[in-house]
Amino acid sequence: MTHRESRRQTLYMYLFISPWLIGFLVFALYPILSSLYYSFTDYDIIHPPKFVGLANYTEMLHNDLFWKSVVVTVRYTFISVPVQLLLALGFALLLNQKIPFRGFFRTAMYFPSMVSGVAMSLLWYWIFNPSIGLFNYVLSWFGIKGPAWLMSPDYALYALMIMSFWTAGSGMILFLAGLQGVPASLVEAAKLDGAGRFRIFLNVTLPMISPVLLFQLIMGIIDSFQVFTQAYVMTQGGPNYSTWFYVYNLYTSAFKEYRAGYSSALAWVLLIVVMLFTALIMKFSNRFVHYEGGGRK
Amino acid sequence: MSTIPAAGPQAPSSPIRSRRKIDGVRIASFIALIVTTFLMLLPLFFMVSTSLKSKKELLKFPPSFLPESWQWSNYKEIFETLNFGQMYMNSLIIGVLTVVGTLLSSALAAYGFARYRGKGNNLWFMLMLSTMMLPYPAIMIPQFILFSKLNWLDTFLPLVVPAFFGSAYNIFLLRQFFSTLPEELFDAGRIDGCSELRMWRQIALPLSGPALATVAIFAFIYSWNDLLTPVLYLSSSDKFTLPVGMSSFTSSRFRIPPWHLLMVASVLAMLPIVTLFAIAQKRFVEGIVLTGIK
Repeated sequence: MTHRESRRQTLYMYLFISPWLIGFLVFALYPILSSLYYSFTDYDIIHPPKFVGLANYTEMLHNDLFWKSVVVTVRYTFISVPVQLLLALGFALLLNQKIPFRGFFRTAMYFPSMVSGVAMSLLWYWIFNPSIGLFNYVLSWFGIKGPAWLMSPDYALYALMIMSFWTAGSGMILFLAGLQGVPASLVEAAKLDGAGRFRIFLNVTLPMISPVLLFQLIMGIIDSFQVFTQAYVMTQGGPNYSTWFYVYNLYTSAFKEYRAGYSSALAWVLLIVVMLFTALIMKFSNRFVHYEGGGRK
Repeated sequence: MSTIPAAGPQAPSSPIRSRRKIDGVRIASFIALIVTTFLMLLPLFFMVSTSLKSKKELLKFPPSFLPESWQWSNYKEIFETLNFGQMYMNSLIIGVLTVVGTLLSSALAAYGFARYRGKGNNLWFMLMLSTMMLPYPAIMIPQFILFSKLNWLDTFLPLVVPAFFGSAYNIFLLRQFFSTLPEELFDAGRIDGCSELRMWRQIALPLSGPALATVAIFAFIYSWNDLLTPVLYLSSSDKFTLPVGMSSFTSSRFRIPPWHLLMVASVLAMLPIVTLFAIAQKRFVEGIVLTGIK
């Protein structure tokens, strides 16, 4: 590439990416840095911020609601993300065979994912109603007397987990796309070598779709650290703080109590935890994720 | 295993045809699929049927599968109880503007990343990818302060303007697609004296229909379902979006939640998304056919 050509390329690249670049500086970088600054201040949004050093961070350590929100969010994440992934992968494997009505099954499983957001929360608010809802009715078919779900401090979080399984269809679509990318020649070769279904799955299919699995695991964890809608619509964090999610806590302290400084500290802790988790998974994943076209060894 | 080229031509199918015997695993799978599909669809079925029940029937347990008398008037009632039409309109306006903004800005940035090997390309691209992991709650407070200084509170601007500055996931998706477009097309364009912007508009965009459709759908669904951002910014009820308005159904304002209206709202809120998918599915198939020819 000549010098002139390379300058031309650089110029056009910056021209084209400039919308994103400006957006990045104004709507991402500036907010991140200023929230770092706010996190060291006492700030009510109206009066100018007052520098307080690490006070917000030390307060966090002694704040019961903070710890409650951490426990709730971690418990939710550690159950709902893996189960959702397993369900999605299971559905995808079932549907990746020559089976009658495949198209219908695929659409039916994906359909619930279109009802996400507040609409889904309202629907499940009814489903979990202990006196008239669907869930305890279905349980009664099996002779089980269901609990009070959203109204019970012991069961509210489980109710939200169960609701999250309902949208496993969106992950299923990604797994199906991944499975369709597994070359038939590999599977055939394994079959000729006498491998059974389980061996083929473990040694051919799973390594081939491991990048999809990794992507979904990371995005799933990041999403689940940010649960807000369910808590806001269905439980308002209750009963007895049993669904007091991290972001709900952050929202309340920022926009109900107007503690922008303390909330910014919460925001930074969230940011660091998300980055750490992502880095950790990426590092660990080198051992078991297989990337197309070599790269390993 | 990684030595076998996966992208190569498909191996001719094995000469040993699988025997046509009744396959136990496949039958078990079929039964498992029927059971799970039934369970997955059950809530949707009740969502529609409950939306048509009378107030008296709503409080019956066990809930009946089909309404005893079909109350189509429930669908009229929601427009009277809640400012539903206005909210629907607000959500649509914000959704459409978000789609336009996302498409324009993301397609521009993606083209820049895909087509020009400028200095710093990789660095900016990696940075862009890392913003995909940036949680919105981590930046919402300074953003809120910024927009309030601009006097944008209680307007649609904070919900729409950021879309015009690209979103990482969509840029990534489009960049991958633009990278697959054959170089010769652009060489031909350059020889014909096309400007760079015209090549973007008249060569890259027309060839990327399916990818653009995917981005449009993602952007619309995200905007349509978003609750946190409009909750922060919109305070007067005539500006509420659908999610904000609908969330009031579970507030203590109602001693007994109006169950039929909850379901009517959910059905109506789902409608645009389902329509979008029904239309777009064809586009996706077209896209597969197109790339198959190439």
